[in-house]
Amino acid sequence: MNRVRIGNGCGFWGDNLDAPIRLAATGKLDYLTLEYLAELTMSILAVQKAKDPNVGFATDFIDVLSRFTSTLTLLPRLKIVTNAGGMNPHACAAAAREILTKGGLPEKTIAVVSGDDIMPQLDELIASGHELNHLDSGDPLSTIRSKVVSANVYLGAKPIVDALKLGADIVITGRVADASLTVAPAAYEFGWGFEASDLDRLAAATVAGHLIECGAQATGGLWINADDSTRLGNVGYPIAEMADDGTFTITKPHGTGGAVNIETISEQLLYEVADPAKYYTPDVVADFTTVRLQETGPDSVAVSGCKANGITDTYKVSIAYRDGYMAAGTLVIAGPHAVEKARESAAIFLERLRRAGFTFAASHVEVLGAGATVPGVLKADCDPPEVVLRIAMRDPNRASIERFTKEFAPLVTAGFPGTTGYTTGRPPVREVFAYWPALIAKSAVTPSVTLI
Amino acid sequence: MKLPLSKIAHGRSGDKGNHANVAVIAYTDAGFAWLRDKLTVEVVATYFAPLGATRVERFEAANVRGLNFVLYDALAGGASSSLRTDTQGKTLAAALLRMPFDVPADPEALVRPV
Repeated sequence: MNRVRIGNGCGFWGDNLDAPIRLAATGKLDYLTLEYLAELTMSILAVQKAKDPNVGFATDFIDVLSRFTSTLTLLPRLKIVTNAGGMNPHACAAAAREILTKGGLPEKTIAVVSGDDIMPQLDELIASGHELNHLDSGDPLSTIRSKVVSANVYLGAKPIVDALKLGADIVITGRVADASLTVAPAAYEFGWGFEASDLDRLAAATVAGHLIECGAQATGGLWINADDSTRLGNVGYPIAEMADDGTFTITKPHGTGGAVNIETISEQLLYEVADPAKYYTPDVVADFTTVRLQETGPDSVAVSGCKANGITDTYKVSIAYRDGYMAAGTLVIAGPHAVEKARESAAIFLERLRRAGFTFAASHVEVLGAGATVPGVLKADCDPPEVVLRIAMRDPNRASIERFTKEFAPLVTAGFPGTTGYTTGRPPVREVFAYWPALIAKSAVTPSVTLI
Repeated sequence: MKLPLSKIAHGRSGDKGNHANVAVIAYTDAGFAWLRDKLTVEVVATYFAPLGATRVERFEAANVRGLNFVLYDALAGGASSSLRTDTQGKTLAAALLRMPFDVPADPEALVRPV
């Protein structure tokens, strides 16, 4: 194959449900990737799986697949690579198999990549010297061990390549690095290895994966200069067209909205990056500062020059642990003097909770409309006709948070004139899962591939 | 003379755990040279001081005329446990681009080409 076209139709769990199907139908793709797992999604899925062994994966994928089978019938060579497996890739694969059989595609080969979930071996690993210290603070995991709900290694592209070599049409993984969903198809199609001589090309594919992993963020979404002419209502999702030498072009299907240009690609290149010379993945350390961008046509940016900056002998581990409860609720406060009334309403609110004998580990008051999204940095320069008062609380004690959620409604009658917008009822209490990043030696982890 | 930073740069921001990154990308080579000199760690740290970052670090990506600022511990707990609306620092780039910024008397070479 001269060029391989990899399109990403989903940037996170919650992304547009029609995008994968539209992208596959019009993108002339060899591979469709679908990315579902944010840092904390795994903890939520782990709790679900603990209650029901048949869940714990990204159910949106099954929804997409069920409406996708007729399109798939017309695209017999299209392969799908997705991390929709979450905490339970085997259950996800079983659900996918059922959908495919019903849709008249029983011949599709599904592979499951697992081994990322190290929760079952966690104590064994700690005992054998893998301390899983917090990546920033250096604290040992033992300080929160009893509260841990999930621990997943970010696997790389290699087991996905193995799955493709076994003939998989659909690869369903648990936690893998987002960029590896793109690296794997390129490595498989071009026969790349994972040795020193392959690192620059792996780095290039990593850049491609990084650029398309957030879906429409590469094609006009979040672009600072987007306006009505950008037609984001019909935004096309991104395609990386890779060559064997590691050069590639980012584009999107013809006739769609959005934009692919130097600005959109530059913004996405630096999105969620620390040191751009060292972008760590399980496959390679990519140096984003070596990348050259060139507009080669409408909605077409050529990317070349990608270099690697080494490779590590560790995987990143994403650990989540129980850390109390939180809730957030809102009221609308209309003017005049909406900002002042909202601030005073918050003070009343907090006073009532104090009088009732409740304290909270953390609280946060926002007057949205008066510069609250970047607290203390931006200020309202007018008297807005109305603002949204938002109050959020966190505490180890669930009962305190429950009580907090019951203080919004009383302000509708006992607060200031212009208090309204209490339409959604008491805000829900949710459990907080805090994030604990760590590293683990690659040698301590065994990825596995199963055909089903 | 001052102009909003948005006249000479665009950008995007996001999160890595409890840290935020704010990428500022100049529209022109002259603009990048200017920002490299004037948009220092101190300027950005002072502007975002109310967020409570423990430190700010600046990285360069000259290939895209970019300066990437990392604001450590600036997200009040991050996506998992922050009580803020913007748990992931999505709005920080646009907020930084609103900053009135000193520019040369003739800023033509710095602003976005039409």
